[in-house]
Amino acid sequence: MAGADSDDSLYPIAVLIDELRNEDVQLRLNSIKKLSTIALALGVERTRTELLPFLTDTIYDEDEVLLALAEQLGNFTMLVGGPEYVHCLLPPLESLATVEETVVRDKAVESLRKISHEHSPVDLEVHFEPLVKRLASGDWFTSRTSACGLFSVCYPRVSSTVKAEIRQHFRTLCSDDTPMVRRAAASKLGEFAKVLELEYVKSDIISLFTALASDEQDSVRLLAVEAGVSIATLLPQEDLEALVMPTLRQAAEDKSWRVRYMVADKFSDLQKAVGPEITKNDLVPAFQNLLKDCEAEVRAAAANKVKEFCENLPEDSRETIIMTHILPCVKELVSDTNQHVKSALASVIMGLSTILGKDNTIEHLLPLFLAQLKDECPEVRLNIISNLDCVNEVIGIRQLSQSLLPAIVELAEDAKWRVRLAIIEYMPLLAGQLGVEFFDEKLNSLCMAWLVDHVYAIREAATCNLMKLVEKFGAEWAQNTIVPKVLGMANDPNYLHRMTTLFCINALSEVCGQEITTKHMLPVVFKMSNDQVANVRFNVAKSLQKIGPVLDSNCLQTEVKPVLEKLASDQDIDVKYFAQEAISGEFSTIILKYNLHRCKLMTQHYVTLKLKKQKT
Amino acid sequence: MPSNTSAPSAKKVDGFTRKSVRKAQRQRGCQGSSQFAASSSRPAAPEISALPQLKDASSTEQHELFMQKLQQCCVMFDFYDTVTDLKSKETKRATLSELVDYVSTNRGVLVDPVYPEISTMVSTNIFRTLPPSENPDFDPEEDEPTLEASWPHMQLVYEFFLRFLENPDFQPSTAKRYIDQKFVLQLLELFDSEDPREREFIKTVLHRIYGKFLGLRAFVRKQINNIFLRYIYETEHFNGVAELLEILGSIINGFALPLKAEHKQFLMKILIPLHTAKGLALFHAQLAYCVVQFIEKDPTLTEVVVRGLLKFWPKTCSQKEVMFLGEIEEILDVIEPTQFKKIQEPLFKQISKCVASPHFQVAERALYYWNNEYILSLIEENNAKILPIMFGNLYRISKEHWNPTIVALVYNVLKTLMEMNSKLFDELTASYKCDRQREKKKEQEREELWRKLDELRLQETSAIQNNRHEIQFTYSNNNNNNNNLHDKNENPAAAITDRIESNTWAK
Repeated sequence: MAGADSDDSLYPIAVLIDELRNEDVQLRLNSIKKLSTIALALGVERTRTELLPFLTDTIYDEDEVLLALAEQLGNFTMLVGGPEYVHCLLPPLESLATVEETVVRDKAVESLRKISHEHSPVDLEVHFEPLVKRLASGDWFTSRTSACGLFSVCYPRVSSTVKAEIRQHFRTLCSDDTPMVRRAAASKLGEFAKVLELEYVKSDIISLFTALASDEQDSVRLLAVEAGVSIATLLPQEDLEALVMPTLRQAAEDKSWRVRYMVADKFSDLQKAVGPEITKNDLVPAFQNLLKDCEAEVRAAAANKVKEFCENLPEDSRETIIMTHILPCVKELVSDTNQHVKSALASVIMGLSTILGKDNTIEHLLPLFLAQLKDECPEVRLNIISNLDCVNEVIGIRQLSQSLLPAIVELAEDAKWRVRLAIIEYMPLLAGQLGVEFFDEKLNSLCMAWLVDHVYAIREAATCNLMKLVEKFGAEWAQNTIVPKVLGMANDPNYLHRMTTLFCINALSEVCGQEITTKHMLPVVFKMSNDQVANVRFNVAKSLQKIGPVLDSNCLQTEVKPVLEKLASDQDIDVKYFAQEAISGEFSTIILKYNLHRCKLMTQHYVTLKLKKQKT
Repeated sequence: MPSNTSAPSAKKVDGFTRKSVRKAQRQRGCQGSSQFAASSSRPAAPEISALPQLKDASSTEQHELFMQKLQQCCVMFDFYDTVTDLKSKETKRATLSELVDYVSTNRGVLVDPVYPEISTMVSTNIFRTLPPSENPDFDPEEDEPTLEASWPHMQLVYEFFLRFLENPDFQPSTAKRYIDQKFVLQLLELFDSEDPREREFIKTVLHRIYGKFLGLRAFVRKQINNIFLRYIYETEHFNGVAELLEILGSIINGFALPLKAEHKQFLMKILIPLHTAKGLALFHAQLAYCVVQFIEKDPTLTEVVVRGLLKFWPKTCSQKEVMFLGEIEEILDVIEPTQFKKIQEPLFKQISKCVASPHFQVAERALYYWNNEYILSLIEENNAKILPIMFGNLYRISKEHWNPTIVALVYNVLKTLMEMNSKLFDELTASYKCDRQREKKKEQEREELWRKLDELRLQETSAIQNNRHEIQFTYSNNNNNNNNLHDKNENPAAAITDRIESNTWAK
């Protein structure tokens, strides 16, 4: 390796190139990632004349290095001297756009698209467009695939003759011999259509779209569906029926489920693109078919769109269409054989109630909700419960409460703890909607039962749940219903349950307020400081630290501190540790309190004095 | 959490393998077929009644009856529904098995009019869009494949088709009107079937077609290439790669010399990149066989092949690395000494790395090369080149490797190398320390260089970034009004350079 040049700012390119050639791939990769630093060291002139030619020539490296290079070059404009010289970057990127590995090629195309905007219109025609043409007529499919992504960025800014050429090239690629290129063309068709003049959309794009949508490979046909949606947004309403709809209708009934899936997946976009009339005449029956499709995959995708589709129906006929066409299919889906179809439906079905209004909801939807609430698959039930708020707005949750309860109880006792966890998370929401009475009567015992679940995550979620409930129902409610039960667990023979009491106190003290905490909780905590299990004792220390901010300073000094001091001399090392932590923590809490209550200028010295005074 | 699982997967380009949708389908057992699931929306299959036996018919009636039976077999049944159509299903099964028997034992039955009927019957029964895979994370090595529900019929249809192709009276010139490119393309798509029994049949069928229809050969090869390319670069999912490679293995065997450019391109652009696939373990044996076939045909390909493998050498997957080492050994087994010289340096650099791998299976596999007589003779012949490459790592590993078996193997290898060229060995031992120190120094110099470069960067980047924003802004404006671009385009560029310069000066 040659030594560095005597001039610090000018490194001989040989040294830098040595780095880029290093035998170790990792080192090469590192160097490439710092390519901009190298370029900076060389200056714009030498970057253009020495570095770029070198990069163009030695492009046969590991794909990982090439990927980094492709990315770097997209941000290189300033390093080669600004937009005037940006075309210098084209040769290496052109080679990168032809390599085998897809990620490298895609990155090269991305960078080319980026720097295309930095070309002046003249440069675009002189340098960029010829590159696109070369790629489009490359021997191997990779370069032609890359070309597909570049047409749309140069089309708007070139002269009309060049535009005609570009259209011709795109047309050729759409009927390419290899399916890989046709797929690339199909996926860029919508994007290309957007930059074309409307007359060419009608004359060129439509025929390409029709051809791709009836390709022999379903992987090409399905990509045409998405393009179809984009094209439909570009055309005036009166042309849609003749130009796009026949093909889209055919796609919705394609023999390959993948294509039908794609139609179902894009259905809302499609609906927006074609407008209300076509929606009424064509999309409604098509949607019905998709909801009844023989593949569960397709049905699930369509079921996911039920709410959105109904929402976007033209207002004048919305209700009739839903009631006569959509709802019958939805009813069938409720008892579908595939649980994922059902759960897709369950996640949106509640949304229909706001669209249909109170009476229809009670008469038609309610039975479906109830059926889904009894579904054998927990995911379905959960999806219904998690969307209860939609129904609540329309008919009030009372209508459901009788069926809700068994469903909740069953989920609450599900064998899978994740299901139990999920239902706990909806408890505060449910409680808010069902009201305190219903809750006390039916759900309170469930919430308490979770506190002694054998899975820690459930016990933890249950304590957090209690806190949220108290936030909803207030401290008084807590004192009457929850606190006694929680404190009762302090005498449980199982130490895990005794610890749960402490965790609950941690969570509840703040929402319950100083009075309840001091009067009811604190004595229990103190009592537990004599527990025979060390884990309980050190959790007492932790709890005292946690609830400290709720207590008044007098109580802290006279009651809490002695207990902590006792624990600090415990025989167990962990108990000692946490007690000491708590003492120093408690101390800082007091400081904090004074800072808040008294005066901001109070110094620590003063606090200490004050503390001493209190002590004596 | 629950709402996520059913959120629309619009972002995925082809989000077919949504996990949530898949798992539950297992409920319906390990049986799947798109075609027959469709019947719920179709009218029920017409009942079919048994026709008289072919062997009981007079020879004049036989032909007519054969045609009728072929047509009868075009009726499809739903095999998910295990209750209905039991009688008709049985009739069709019996008819199919009679047909198998008929075409395999009788001569003179394949008259021209039956060709289209046979083609229709076979197409109707086997060509279908394969259903979504029931297990998205299907791991062919671990999981049970989904079996084709209608196999009781389908098997017989494949069997019948094979007997038809193998019948001595079979006329490719007549059949080529029906067994055309479209037919073959559909057949190739079926290689993606998850059912191994089906793939096995299609393999034999395709092999027969390749043998008998010379006009389709180039087309078949091209389509297989497309399947592989899609597998490598797009989906990474195709169940029949191993079967296709098996067919290719025998095709390569029959290539004429000198090899056509098309075939060499197939080797370099498809077979070698296939090594990068995630599921390599499933077809590596077949792939390595194809590669070695190529090298045996044309030894001059050795260098590009080995360099190709070195380029795609696995970096993190030890299991694959062991496979690569196995394949390299297969290649070394047939390598010509002149070819060996061309690749020995890069190859042994890699082997040296493998020997030093902390994964003992990789290290062990590489060290086993020294048990191979032929490889040993090649190493001996070129020890002046190879010894210096291997020595550093071997020496280090002999002291450092955690696995005692590896250390023992390394000692043996060192001993062998020492016996080959004791003088060079002694020199290398002597210079080992110096070399390490030189490496360390070089490393320090590198770090120093980069440190200086980074300092330089810190000084200048901020200025440049400020500029970049302004430029992009100017040009995106340009994008919008391309009508008056031509008269304006000089000015913004000039303005930008001005700005850059003024900024630089300001610094």
